[in-house]
Amino acid sequence: MKILVSVKRVVDFNVKVRVKADGTGVETANVKMSMNPFDEIALEEAVRLKEAGVATEIVVVSCGVQACQETLRTALAIGADRAILVNTDAELQPLAVAKLLKAVSEREKPQLVIMGKQAIDDDANQTGQMLAALLGWPQATFASKIRLEADRAVVTREVDGGLETDAIKLPAVVTTDLRLNEPRYVTLPNIMKAKKKALEVLTPDALGVDVTPRLTTLKVVEPAKRKAGVKVADAKALVDKLRNDAKVI
Amino acid sequence: MAVLVVAEHDSKSVRKATLNAVAAAQKLGSDIHVLIAGHEAGAAAKAAAQIAGVAKVLHADAPQLRDFLAENVAATVVSVAKNYSHLLAPSTSNGKNVMPRVAALLDVQQISDIVAVEGADSFVRPIYAGNALATVKSRDPLKVITVRTTAFDAVAAAGGDAAVEKLAAPADSGLSSFVGRELSKSERPELTAAKIIVSGGRGMASGENFTKVLEPLADRLGAAMGASRAAVDAGFVPNDWQVGQTGKIVAPDLYVAVGISGAIQHLAGMKDSRVIVAINKDEEAPIFQVADYGVVGDLFQIVPTLVEELKK
Ligand SMILES: Cc1cc2nc3c(=O)[nH]c(=O)nc-3n(C[C@H](O)[C@H](O)[C@H](O)COP(=O)(O)OP(=O)(O)OC[C@H]3O[C@@H](n4cnc5c(N)ncnc54)[C@H](O)[C@@H]3O)c2cc1C
Ligand SMILES: Nc1ncnc2c1ncn2[C@@H]1O[C@H](COP(=O)(O)O)[C@@H](O)[C@H]1O
Repeated sequence: MKILVSVKRVVDFNVKVRVKADGTGVETANVKMSMNPFDEIALEEAVRLKEAGVATEIVVVSCGVQACQETLRTALAIGADRAILVNTDAELQPLAVAKLLKAVSEREKPQLVIMGKQAIDDDANQTGQMLAALLGWPQATFASKIRLEADRAVVTREVDGGLETDAIKLPAVVTTDLRLNEPRYVTLPNIMKAKKKALEVLTPDALGVDVTPRLTTLKVVEPAKRKAGVKVADAKALVDKLRNDAKVI
Repeated sequence: MAVLVVAEHDSKSVRKATLNAVAAAQKLGSDIHVLIAGHEAGAAAKAAAQIAGVAKVLHADAPQLRDFLAENVAATVVSVAKNYSHLLAPSTSNGKNVMPRVAALLDVQQISDIVAVEGADSFVRPIYAGNALATVKSRDPLKVITVRTTAFDAVAAAGGDAAVEKLAAPADSGLSSFVGRELSKSERPELTAAKIIVSGGRGMASGENFTKVLEPLADRLGAAMGASRAAVDAGFVPNDWQVGQTGKIVAPDLYVAVGISGAIQHLAGMKDSRVIVAINKDEEAPIFQVADYGVVGDLFQIVPTLVEELKK
């Protein structure tokens, strides 16, 4: 079984982002970039399925600027077999990414696409569901467990009330939640090996996809800051504050 | 043109998140219709008809809609989309699952998790774990939107008297099927609807301590219980307790964070609470930067004393 995994290059989750003074976006110059954490989980799952003999090949795809090649090299070091960069400097919104991934899926014909549930920069939580819709495939979002059978996947999903299990016919799209697995670290020998793996570069034009953004960002601002609070000595003082100052209890 | 709100319901009643989504829809100034997609959910459709400000309820009843599978619900929404200028749903796990599928089928770029309506085509939404707020303008003729429920005060569940209209559901996609559900049982208020939340982090050290130390506090306050990712990952409590960027977004009147450091991803889910209390032994913990009241010290001493003080 061939598995396709999408990986997005995002501002590292440890970085406290700053809004640009001119209100056009957030500062991304000289900021540490990493693979979207949910995509690390997606890739880890694919690698485990390969190690278990279920998957035969893992193809990783990233859409965006040239620097996404770094993210793809990391993915190859973690265990992907081949990489594809859909290279563009244009701003990519989830619908456009889903269309690019659809075009790639039609070329690669994977049985399963594993993606992150959410990119931690745009916090959209859309692309996987959109890809499934465009391909006419079923979807299982927010996965905390994936079991593959001959022609279907049985997926446990993290939902508002607890857990839900759905069975979806293959080919399908699955998006990952935090509890699916714990991603491994990249080792030096694997980083060396990854340099020899194939990395193909495509463009939206070559794939016949129009990526023109549908949303225009009018402005980006910092949210209102909370005013500094006070430290109180003990539980007794706290109860007094909550009852008499804040009046919340 | 009217706007459509895809309701979150449990067949018998309409969940509160729907009332927040209707509140967001009201800002658009058009007639509001509500869709109840389900099976044997007539009671929920009746409840939806009573929501203040709702002009019409569409009730799609079919066995294949019972478990709210994305493929079938999305097809149902798409079947009526041409009658509407906006399609909205609350940002619940169902809303997040279904609406992007709807958007893609309609060739629309969804606007996720809006916190304000600036006009018929402009909306404010948080990005980067809420560290920035973006105002975006959509060029799509139809807008597909999910609504951050904490940002809109719920409309009244009663007072309306809308007509309920039957809607034929498209056939089962045959692509997916429901296998089972393991819902966490609790007598407590639901996390996203609670007025008071008591949340525990890694500092709780075990699931047992959640029961022994934190529960009595939640009981005293009539609070819902939440947790940080670290506490969920460690298996102390179920996944649906997670508050944060990638968990639940909450904004109660009072949020008590116990043994939680206050990582950006956690703050993203609770920093709009009205009053925040932090109990942490590390006085440098970032949670104190957003807390209205902080107590520095060992939670295993402070929390039991707090419970005693509350009894007085
Ligand atoms: C992609 C991604 C998504 C994430 N999403 C979320 C999310 O949605 N929600 C979320 O919460 N996190 C999320 N995180 C994780 C987040 O970055 C933090 O790791 C997490 O919030 C830390 O949880 P914590 O505060 O319980 O643990 P820690 O950071 O370990 O803090 C424990 C705190 O307990 C205190 N403590 C310990 N013992 C005691 C004691 N006896 N008495 C008093 N205080 C004590 C310590 O001083 C410390 O401050 C996400 C991370 C990533 C990468
Ligand atoms: N530019 C991109 N390149 C590759 N994958 C992407 C890209 N954007 C989004 N994705 C995938 O879609 C998931 C959800 O992203 P989003 O819908 O933007 O929150 C991510 O976790 C990635 O797996």
